[in-house]
Amino acid sequence: MDAVPQTIEEVRDGLARTGYLAGESAALVSFLAARLGKPVLVEGPAGVGKTELAKALARARGHKLIRLQCYEGLDEAKALYEWNYRKQLLRIQAEGTDAGWDKVQDDIFGEEFLLSRPLLRAISEDEPVVLLIDEIDKTDQEFEAMLLEVLSDFQVSIPELGVVEARSRPLVLLTSNNSRELTEALKRRCLYLWLDYPDLERELEIVRLHEPDLAETVARRLVEIVHMVRRLDLKKPPSIAESIDWARALLLLGADDIDRDMLERTMSIVVKHRTDLDVVLERVGAKLSDGLLASSATSA
Amino acid sequence: MPPAGPPGFAPRLLELADELRAEGLAVGTSEILDAFHVLGEVSWTEQEDFREALAATLAKSQEDRRVFELVFERFFFRAVEREAVDRGLTDRRYEGAERLDTEELRGHIRQAIREGSDGEMRDAARLAIAAFGRQGEGSGVIGVDVQRIRRGLGLKGAPEEPGERPAPDTVPRERLRAFERHLRRELERGLIERTQSLPPARPLSALDRALPGGPVENLAAVHRAVAQLRRRLATQGSEQRGRRAAGAVDVRRTLRASLETGGVPLRLKHRPRHPRRPELYVLCDVSTSVTSASVFFLSVLHALHGSFRKLRSFVFVERISEVTEVFERTRSFEEASRRVSSDAGVADVSGYTDYGRVWLEFLGRVADDLDPRSSVIVLGDARTNGRDPHAEVFARVAERAGRLFWMNPEPKLYWNYGDSVMRAYEPYCDGVFECWSTRQLEGFVRALTDLRR
Repeated sequence: MDAVPQTIEEVRDGLARTGYLAGESAALVSFLAARLGKPVLVEGPAGVGKTELAKALARARGHKLIRLQCYEGLDEAKALYEWNYRKQLLRIQAEGTDAGWDKVQDDIFGEEFLLSRPLLRAISEDEPVVLLIDEIDKTDQEFEAMLLEVLSDFQVSIPELGVVEARSRPLVLLTSNNSRELTEALKRRCLYLWLDYPDLERELEIVRLHEPDLAETVARRLVEIVHMVRRLDLKKPPSIAESIDWARALLLLGADDIDRDMLERTMSIVVKHRTDLDVVLERVGAKLSDGLLASSATSA
Repeated sequence: MPPAGPPGFAPRLLELADELRAEGLAVGTSEILDAFHVLGEVSWTEQEDFREALAATLAKSQEDRRVFELVFERFFFRAVEREAVDRGLTDRRYEGAERLDTEELRGHIRQAIREGSDGEMRDAARLAIAAFGRQGEGSGVIGVDVQRIRRGLGLKGAPEEPGERPAPDTVPRERLRAFERHLRRELERGLIERTQSLPPARPLSALDRALPGGPVENLAAVHRAVAQLRRRLATQGSEQRGRRAAGAVDVRRTLRASLETGGVPLRLKHRPRHPRRPELYVLCDVSTSVTSASVFFLSVLHALHGSFRKLRSFVFVERISEVTEVFERTRSFEEASRRVSSDAGVADVSGYTDYGRVWLEFLGRVADDLDPRSSVIVLGDARTNGRDPHAEVFARVAERAGRLFWMNPEPKLYWNYGDSVMRAYEPYCDGVFECWSTRQLEGFVRALTDLRR
């Protein structure tokens, strides 16, 4: 699927083939992004598959994924490019004293001495790539401003070299956990996608897709419990990946039902804080032992 | 809509953008251009795709998205109705619904709400209006009619718990809400048809646009508003301190500068004027009656601690407890709010607020520190659960402190109803504000400046 997709279904099917079941809006926005060549800003709670969407898109389109993980204090040198000054120094020393300054200067500011960082790499690749800028909200506003040139014109200006223009338009995804309001200027250049936890049926499909050997009733019970857990006020609600991990664990243990005992033993896969564990055991565990859930697995 | 796009569509989209702007979304020209681009890519006959595509280009945060959905709904509903009025179209109504067996009808509608599709639910809503709505002689207020019909149907909402078997006479709350939306829309449609005119568009109310939950998402916005608050409080202080143009002369720096002019002190150097550091006391209600607001309050508290040095914060339910240290030690909001709820020592009491007692304890603790330079901010709903409000003690607090503000998370409409004793405290405050969203917090900050005489 190298060419630009023609229909939304094509995108959705492509993603599904790589193991990512996209929701209605995720498929639509991915389709639009591919058609229009605009970056996508993906927001949503942690663990709903924002990063995974980028990876799946790369796999589905058969493109390379270039990832820029953002953190506080990330700067141009780490994101865009840096001069390899040690090599430049060596070059100057190797030249000896007789070479003129002009010649050396022309020499040491060439592409040979340039260290490309993810952003520059993404636009100078010959093949189109998928560029993932992860957790953009962790950086500061100055960094965002620097991104603007890359995102809207797909070019990078290097004072000594001139403007490097993209040979191919990368598909850009930015993810944010919303810990800070992003600037209007950045939002303006992006399509916006809000990803939320999937509903019960879709999460069940996802779990079944990844762990097809797990019995349907157990899988359904698992997803129901995960949804219940998410509704509790926890420090860290379980992510989709953790549901899948849990399914895998249950499969390995050969569980054919999730009762209170099983929950207690395997809960640490989905709930990862001491206090959260207590809350879940108290609120969800009680329901399990009452047998309230016992009949629902088949009727729901 | 025909796939080719009617010639009149571009102005429609611009109108929609205008309405979105009126609701506070930042829709610029580039957004509108993008919207036109994406509409070239999706099929217009799929309503879902059409809306999602527009949303992806026009609404760029979760909050905006919610507003967008409301406006989108309202806009296209009105556009269709306007068209219908212009062309004189009317809908066929259910006839003779009054003669149906009511019990059977109730069962049918409940069924439709529980598992019907959107279209079936709309049909059910029409049926319900025909049967219970007393066609043509509604109360004139749509909200009242909706409630009357709902009572007539005997509908009860229940939270949807997966795995739990619903009681036979309840319907999932989410779906009930969807049904009420249909009722409302159908009633509106009926009204428009009867009067042959569109009612004026109303801006969205703050309640409509408020996000369900998720104040943590708004942490950034709260921080912004609080940063403003700090500037306001600081500048206010220095203005009141007198009208000296500059601070005292700095002898050291003056002599040093005089070296340039051969030891003659031609230029006087002044000490920089430090803005007065405001002293802030914040009392925050964390009882169950303000549960929904208390996360917001805590985030305000958290932000305040980020901005103010001289700040002491207290949380209270029945008794008061100082949490200054908790917030100073931990930077993460989640961590701080967890510690407040678990270690602050307020969790072990009955859970009913006792404002009178809170003032007594507060005064006992800080009476000596309160002076005219200090500001006290109370975050609470003033619901005392029938206990003595001790307004006279509150008055003493107000007397000692320079300024006293009250932020109440309830809409003004509910103040002084039931056990709310806002009236008793209001005269002693320098300002009382309705405050449960960042927008209102900004309003509070703005009002602070206007309060200066």
